[in-house]
Amino acid sequence: MTDETAKVEELVHQDYEHGFVTDIDTDTVAPGLNEDVIALISAKKEEPEWLLEWRLKAFEHWTRMAEPSWAHVHYPPIDFQGISYYSAPKAGTDGPKSLDEVDPKLLETYEKLGIPLHEQKMLAGVAVDAVFDSVSVATTFKEKLADAGVIFCSFSEAVQNHPDIVREYLGSVVPVADNYYAALNSAVFTDGSFCFIPKNTRCPMELSTYFRINAANTGQFERTLVVAEEGSHVSYLEGCTAPMRDENQLHAAVVELVALDNAEIKYSTVQNWYPGDENGVGGIYNFVTKRGDCRGAGSRISWTQVETGSAITWKYPSCILRGDNSSGEFYSVAVTNNYQQADTGTKMIHLGRNTRSTIISKGISAGKAQNAYRGLVNISKRADNARNYTQCDSLLMGDTCGAHTFPYIETRNASAIVEHEATTSKISDDQLFYCRQRGIDEEDAVNMIVNGFCKDVFKELPMEFAVEAQKLLNITLEGAVG
Amino acid sequence: MSEAAVSHYLAEYEQFRDTLTAPWFAQPRAAALDFLRTNGFPSRRTEQWKYTDVTPITRKKFTVGRSAPAAVDDAFVDSLRFSRLDCHELVFINGSFSAALSRNEPLPEGVAVQPLQSVKPDDALLLDSCFVDGEIKNAFSALNTAFVNDGVLIHVPDNTEVAIPIHIIYISGQADATLMSNPRNLVALGRNAGASVIESFAGIPDTEYLTNNHTAILGRAGSRLDYYSIQQESQRAYHIGNTRIRQQADSRVDCHTLSLGGKLARSDIDVELDEPGAEVKLNGLYLTNNRQHVDNHTLVEHKQPHTTSHEHFRGVMNGHSRAVFNGKVIVHEQAQKTEAHQSNANLLLSGNAEVDTKPELEIYADDVKCSHGATVGQLDENMLFYLRSRGVDEHTARSLLTYAFAEEIIRDIRFPEIRERLEHSIAGELPDTDLIEEFVK
Repeated sequence: MTDETAKVEELVHQDYEHGFVTDIDTDTVAPGLNEDVIALISAKKEEPEWLLEWRLKAFEHWTRMAEPSWAHVHYPPIDFQGISYYSAPKAGTDGPKSLDEVDPKLLETYEKLGIPLHEQKMLAGVAVDAVFDSVSVATTFKEKLADAGVIFCSFSEAVQNHPDIVREYLGSVVPVADNYYAALNSAVFTDGSFCFIPKNTRCPMELSTYFRINAANTGQFERTLVVAEEGSHVSYLEGCTAPMRDENQLHAAVVELVALDNAEIKYSTVQNWYPGDENGVGGIYNFVTKRGDCRGAGSRISWTQVETGSAITWKYPSCILRGDNSSGEFYSVAVTNNYQQADTGTKMIHLGRNTRSTIISKGISAGKAQNAYRGLVNISKRADNARNYTQCDSLLMGDTCGAHTFPYIETRNASAIVEHEATTSKISDDQLFYCRQRGIDEEDAVNMIVNGFCKDVFKELPMEFAVEAQKLLNITLEGAVG
Repeated sequence: MSEAAVSHYLAEYEQFRDTLTAPWFAQPRAAALDFLRTNGFPSRRTEQWKYTDVTPITRKKFTVGRSAPAAVDDAFVDSLRFSRLDCHELVFINGSFSAALSRNEPLPEGVAVQPLQSVKPDDALLLDSCFVDGEIKNAFSALNTAFVNDGVLIHVPDNTEVAIPIHIIYISGQADATLMSNPRNLVALGRNAGASVIESFAGIPDTEYLTNNHTAILGRAGSRLDYYSIQQESQRAYHIGNTRIRQQADSRVDCHTLSLGGKLARSDIDVELDEPGAEVKLNGLYLTNNRQHVDNHTLVEHKQPHTTSHEHFRGVMNGHSRAVFNGKVIVHEQAQKTEAHQSNANLLLSGNAEVDTKPELEIYADDVKCSHGATVGQLDENMLFYLRSRGVDEHTARSLLTYAFAEEIIRDIRFPEIRERLEHSIAGELPDTDLIEEFVK
């Protein structure tokens, strides 16, 4: 065995860097799902009556819905009654007032994840609303945001402090009965993030939330709501890691974005949950509903995602282009290795006139992974002069993986221009040879080519995320070549 | 809805089982009826039928023609023939073979071109090619298998070339009944054999009927087939077409489909490239108007290395019509060095027309070159400008460019007579026929 292959072997067998379990008490509800559990969650969170009713309505829909099976993914049936739907870290009765009061073990967890909160304040312009399992523990930069009139807090706080806004917008983009997992989320969501940008305000910093799943057997059901009023602008970052587990963990989040007249929301995600080991054991099931509503004229919503983790990803960040002259964008890099499966893409629903959408999707598949792009571009009858451009490219590394494309294009307007292009290939030997003959070793050459392949998406990411994303990509694909 | 239709067809079968004289179908027939009984007709909840609602078909109770078909106007039949091209012609009226209208040209030694009815039950040749396709894909292929009573068997032995095209003409429609016909064509080419086959579907104007055609093609090693399917059914007719192509090593099939007529037309083309070197070309054109609904589904399966597929479909939609395109390419794990290209371009001429397109790729091998593209749009403003700057008025310029858009599909048809006929048909389907013909001729 040469040095190089030994190194590759070593890298291939490298354990998941962030796989560890913090041993702290959690306040966990016994597994199972029924109306009592929902009432209990609602009571624990001291929610108003209307929210409980809303949850119960969602639950009622959920019981009558069937689990979807159309995605190009395979997994054993999920026992929804075997999951505990609430888990909150015990950290004193009154909750922490400052970082000093936060459970030191929690802080330690963040240190390991590389997001030490007390250092975060000094990091350039990033406010972190860290979610540990299901309850928000600490929020930073609140004052600065408050000065600008921006509300950025955990979802439970928003329910307590800004119930009117929450009530107005919650479920207005993703209705309770939208799909199986959205209905489940609506019934049992425990926490998440809430963000409100008032009129004509440019959010002074990039908002960021780190999610983390901890207690075993606890599905995490996050709810995120971002509302951008007329003429406002916000950039929102979301990133995640999770500890190593042998059982599959279910994650069914819902993200709702609302952009009013001339507002702009940029939503970036780097997802690096535990993908399972090299035999496909364990890993997160990531069934997420993300949807943005360009409600106002001239509004703009942009989704950027880098998906490297999760055993199964089932995720279609979408844009409803309701306002005239609104635009939607979707930039995605999805990387799958070993036995990972990803079925991801977007929906662009053109309802308003002069609406534009751009879809750039890059799928990379290695090992025995399956990677699918599934997208919908719908031009309604009213949407005069709608324009869509879609490009989805797939890169295959190894002869046992798969790359698939399922684009749906529905056009009801004669003035629409819709273009879809897709290619599938492997890294060409010519490209590799070119790099090798200039003294670049194979692993680096592949990384370079892959990063070039994804460049169109990475350049949409905020600076610090772009660096992280490239690193993640390299780690995910280590040992996939050769 | 579907149950009522199923029981109607089961009852219809009971009435007609004795008249179905093709005994070699006995076993598949039983299986087909079983399939129909258990599965019924597809609904829009089935992914394959997401954009096409078959209720207009299931609501009608189509029957098998009970009496001898009415005489068809000679001039109408002649208009379907290629007058300047020698062809073996087999004419069917409402699904029944008409010897009087058909024409035979001399065939090379060993070549069989004959109606299914005249094939002897124990003919090994037939059995050989007939069960190319025993599989029942959906209710319509089940219906075809259950009711098939005639069609054409084409068998070309090894190393034989049939130079003269074989033209199969199906004329349907009867003023006083809603009839259905379920023809089946079996085409088997031997090793290094070659042939050209044309299927024409036409209807007596303003009659309502269902044509549920099934064509199975087997290309053995090194064979070459030119296959045309020209659908010009009556504006009130329903047309379902199932074509299954299986290809062996180094064989080549050029398949051209044209959907011009019918109120609701659905065509499925399934291609299996079973051995290395097989190559298929699928060209398709659909022109829709009024309230027509045309659905084209293609499936190309690359099963072995070094197989190639080229697919090019174009559509022009006008009026309140709707077109659906679904092209799927599957590259199986062992099919390395596959080349698969697919493109679908659509032109919407009316604000009330709709197009739903879905070009799919499912790829399980890495050393492949696959691409697909789909566009929906309007005529190129630059091209319009070019014509306008040369003194062509806008209306004429648009008509010409629309014609040119559609004509691209048929440009490389080998037989000039077929190409001219199709050019004429296309011009006839588009707005401003006279204008186009004046310029093009």
